[in-house]
Amino acid sequence: MELKKIDEFSWEIPCRGDMNVPAVIYSSQKLLEGVRRDQTLQQAENVACLPGIQRSAYVMPDAHQGYGFPIGGVAAFDMDDGIISPGGVGYDINCGVRLLRTDYREQDIIKVREQLLNAIFREVPAGVGKEGITRLSARNLKEVCEKGSEWAVEKGFGSRRDLQYTEEYGRMPGADPSDLSHRAVERGLPQLGTLGSGNHFLEIQKLERIFDPQAARAFGLQEPGQILVMIHCGSRGLGHQVASDYIRLMENRYQGRALRDRQLIHAPIRSEIGRQYYRCMGSAVNFAFANRQLIAHWVREVFRRVLGSDVGMDQIYDVCHNVAKFERHEIDGRSKEVCIHRKGATRSFGPGRKEIPEAYREVGQPVFIPGSMGTASYILVGTPEAEELSFSSTAHGAGRVMSRHEARRRFRGEQIKRELADKGIHLQTASWKGVAEEASDVYKDVDEVVRVSDATGLGRLVARAVPLAVMKG
Amino acid sequence: MKLAPGSKFRYLKHTADAKFQAFGDTLELAFANAAAALVSLMWNPAEVSAAIRHPVRVSGKDEQQLLLAYLEEVLFLFESRGFLLHAAEGVRIEHTAKGYELEAVFVGDARRTGIEIFGDVKAVTYNDMKVRSRGRPMVQVVVDM
Repeated sequence: MELKKIDEFSWEIPCRGDMNVPAVIYSSQKLLEGVRRDQTLQQAENVACLPGIQRSAYVMPDAHQGYGFPIGGVAAFDMDDGIISPGGVGYDINCGVRLLRTDYREQDIIKVREQLLNAIFREVPAGVGKEGITRLSARNLKEVCEKGSEWAVEKGFGSRRDLQYTEEYGRMPGADPSDLSHRAVERGLPQLGTLGSGNHFLEIQKLERIFDPQAARAFGLQEPGQILVMIHCGSRGLGHQVASDYIRLMENRYQGRALRDRQLIHAPIRSEIGRQYYRCMGSAVNFAFANRQLIAHWVREVFRRVLGSDVGMDQIYDVCHNVAKFERHEIDGRSKEVCIHRKGATRSFGPGRKEIPEAYREVGQPVFIPGSMGTASYILVGTPEAEELSFSSTAHGAGRVMSRHEARRRFRGEQIKRELADKGIHLQTASWKGVAEEASDVYKDVDEVVRVSDATGLGRLVARAVPLAVMKG
Repeated sequence: MKLAPGSKFRYLKHTADAKFQAFGDTLELAFANAAAALVSLMWNPAEVSAAIRHPVRVSGKDEQQLLLAYLEEVLFLFESRGFLLHAAEGVRIEHTAKGYELEAVFVGDARRTGIEIFGDVKAVTYNDMKVRSRGRPMVQVVVDM
């Protein structure tokens, strides 16, 4: 596909044919080679054809082919003429990352990290279809979906401070579980408080390097060697079911619409079904917030038990990377409310936005970009430029480059465990085959993804952390 | 990719997730083999005994929607009931005025220790989906993992 180069890190698919707007791709020459090999660019073009899309369809540096939207796709839609699409959010609604800081240093935990990890592995159910320890009734579950992290805090899991340091304060506005299907509830019931499997993980990390001391200070990052805990998971089967339910409902309601890709089915934002999807998607967002809230609480408990204290284990932030939201953005020189879809992309609000915690308003919102298993993760900060570049969005991770099947053919979980051990990284998992599928070689180079984010200004580098212990679902 | 004669399904190259084709002498058998291909991404169906029989019934406005709903049923029963599919039996597809209806019996067992669950399929997608009912029936599916 012909791309117009704008500068070193941005390319454009000019508006043509059915496109309503151009598509802009943030990438490096190296990353672009991978993007060109799959359907990412075609999918970005398809998104640019959707009704009511504003300014441009955007593609983040970690992009790869998805369903409907590419993974790493960002698009904003006019509230009156625009649409909402389950394929623009993804199946794992509010898959996201929570980062806890600690006052511990590497030397404090190095001898007990195996013990810490094994205890966390016992406390936090992991793996495919594993049941959570919180047995719930369907009514309780709806309360979880209504209140999000607030529900967990009310039940004694974590503190009210955690809510302050969560995107949407841990409770998605407009969420309403009344329309959730029985199937969504049934899939969600056994899974609250579970990590899940696939690319989900929990890591004990050490801060390795600080690039931006001012932002680092605001986030409570003190010095290299400081211990952090990263939790990456989402809304589990409940979110998957909401996506599947509304793809079907929208298809049956709007079946006459000519679509370039069936997975791009959508509904007008203000239609009954569009509103229903938003309320149910918001419920799944809340389920995921509560899920990470429970897991963070158990992690703190383990630290307290093993090391004697969990003082200083504050939440730096909790970010969503699969979501649709109503947000205000600058369009044609005026502030306008839009329905923004971020699929495999992280919000990166710059300084001053009222949506971010007061303590961060001078520096900007924290953004977390987890690496693949055994590689570095990054802490970034949102920028003022990102507003114009990407409706304040940046990358969300490394992005896959190799199929799971191929990965399983090439790697063995046990061998990966040994290799990680040689690097000083302890690994615990529910499935060794699952580990093989997530070998770090199957992912893009996270360093390169972050370099593009920093150079373009989508999100600026603050710090780099490396894993000491990894728990894979 | 060459296919050995009599193969029931095969996996194709796909970057992020998993893509498979399933075959059968009839569309119904191709559907049954598609369920086997799907669960083989998560567990080994040969390790699961045929202890429980789950009758299922799904519908779709076209063959693709039917296939999607049918395979989603496997995921739903696994996540909500801990049901591991061994095989889909007696698949019957009927063309009705509204579209298609499918009946089958999912045979399998409850989840227990000893059977490794090594993969997590989040959802069945329409991406690159194909349903070929003429000639040698074949279905092609990409799942989100």
